[in-house]
Amino acid sequence: MKRFSFSTLMLVLGLLFIYLPMLILVIYSFNASKLVTVWGGWSLKWYLGLLDNTQLMGSVARSLEIACYTAVAAVALGTLAAFVLTRVTRFKGRTLFGGLVTAPLVMPEVITGLSLLLLFVAMAQMIGWPMERGLVTIWIAHTTFCAAYVAVVVSARLRELDLSIEEAAMDLGARPLKVFFLITIPMIAPSLAAGGMMSFALSLDDLVLASFVSGPGSTTLPMEVFSAVRLGVKPEINAVASLILMAVSLMTFMVWYFSRKAEANRKRAIQEAMDQTASETWQPQRTPATA
Amino acid sequence: MSTFHQALIRVLPSGRKLVIGIPFLWLFLFFMLPFFLVMKISFSEATVSIPPYSQIYGFVDQKLQVLLNLGNYSLLGADELYISAYLGSLKIALLSTLMCLLIGFPMAYGISKTRKEMQNVLLLLIMMPTWTAILIRVYAWMGILSNNGLLNAFLMGCGLISSPIEILNTNTAVYIGVVYAYLPFMVLPLYANLVKHDQSLLEAASDLGSSNFNNFWKITVPLAKNGIVAGCMLVFIPVVGEFVIPELLGGPETLMIGRVLWQEFFNNRDWPVASALAVVMLAILIIPIVLFNRSQAKEMEARA
Repeated sequence: MKRFSFSTLMLVLGLLFIYLPMLILVIYSFNASKLVTVWGGWSLKWYLGLLDNTQLMGSVARSLEIACYTAVAAVALGTLAAFVLTRVTRFKGRTLFGGLVTAPLVMPEVITGLSLLLLFVAMAQMIGWPMERGLVTIWIAHTTFCAAYVAVVVSARLRELDLSIEEAAMDLGARPLKVFFLITIPMIAPSLAAGGMMSFALSLDDLVLASFVSGPGSTTLPMEVFSAVRLGVKPEINAVASLILMAVSLMTFMVWYFSRKAEANRKRAIQEAMDQTASETWQPQRTPATA
Repeated sequence: MSTFHQALIRVLPSGRKLVIGIPFLWLFLFFMLPFFLVMKISFSEATVSIPPYSQIYGFVDQKLQVLLNLGNYSLLGADELYISAYLGSLKIALLSTLMCLLIGFPMAYGISKTRKEMQNVLLLLIMMPTWTAILIRVYAWMGILSNNGLLNAFLMGCGLISSPIEILNTNTAVYIGVVYAYLPFMVLPLYANLVKHDQSLLEAASDLGSSNFNNFWKITVPLAKNGIVAGCMLVFIPVVGEFVIPELLGGPETLMIGRVLWQEFFNNRDWPVASALAVVMLAILIIPIVLFNRSQAKEMEARA
């Protein structure tokens, strides 16, 4: 039997601490009672009630739209940034670039939100764009900070990669662009998917940035939830929150599952290729190559 | 044709420049440039106009006039509200970072000691909450901590307390919320660091008669330094500017700078004071941010 150490105990307690509140929230969202603290039996009525709430549904659609655009743009931008950080070792301003990529991870959101809003206001005065703030400004804000997350995830993967495969392709005459799309991208695809899903989730969750840079008529789901939550716990909000929780959990699980599968496939393919080469090299009529 | 091609090559930026240029330009335009604007607006005066601040420079009688209004900054120094908000934020951030480290280190250590398969599952479990809205996770605590919530019901059911204790809308609730929300950000970098440690070092030390405790302090902790710095900064810096947690779980006595900035901006519509608050907050955080960036850079080198 495994020794039950202090760190294992802390791990179990920590995970309980992280998951119990969310579990309680989900259970209580099925509570039939209007009083959120009294259990009145199981019911789906708060979920069904959500469908009639057109204002809420509108904000859900808006949030999903922004999250989709953000995921695409953040993956493109973050991958470029990660590529520069890991493959282009020397250029002017590399330290500044590295700082610009990682700083959004820790920058307090109120500062980023305020500064971006001031930028949009100044731009509107100077070049007349953006005339009104809304989806596009929220998308820009989200892309900027999600790209930082993507860059961290992708650069970790890029650093693990065996450079010799890319070098081999270049030696055989492939242009850098071709190497990038045919060799590098397929090899980092799982982390691109993970980065995309992550950006999607982060964008869907963001309250502070969206509050600063949104305009009239572009209320996102977290803003809607926040204005309701400020007044206290409500059964409808329990239902919305549980739906978001379950959607994100499902997405996380999918990312994990697919990246694991992709990794296993890749390893098997490499193994097979190696076995094949080995058996070809050791055919009897050929002189075995020196090791 | 070939001359056209050559001309095209000369006009178009090279691939290398483009690859560096696109992310650089985006980050410069939407991340760095805005900070200079915040600095500029922090020197202007609040006016009733759109946008609600005065211009700090003008061109009058062939003279370029620059008007720097230092009033916002002297207000920050003079008004006790702002000073105590900064101190409150720093105190809450510092204490909760410490709590996260004390809880997170054993967790990360525990994960790094399990089987490889198990590590992936546990990591996923730790990572998942970071993708979920902080808003929702904080909201979950509102129901638990309230006067007639589950925690009070549980404590009374056990007979530990006779009447509900007030937790929601106090600083205690803020600490619980902050540790809850930011714990994964401490565990992840610590794990990433701890899992790389060479076990043979510990074995060698044990063979030479070192105790487990000694091993931990003299080998594991010093080796984990970069991970500890990264984890602490990932918690400390955002918590200083935290808005959602003090707003939802805190009470009137919970003064945090993110909340004050929000109120100045959205409730008082005083953009210049909000900007000045942001500038001072950034000045306080610049050293931790540089520390974080350096630990990230070191971590990247170590892995390469």
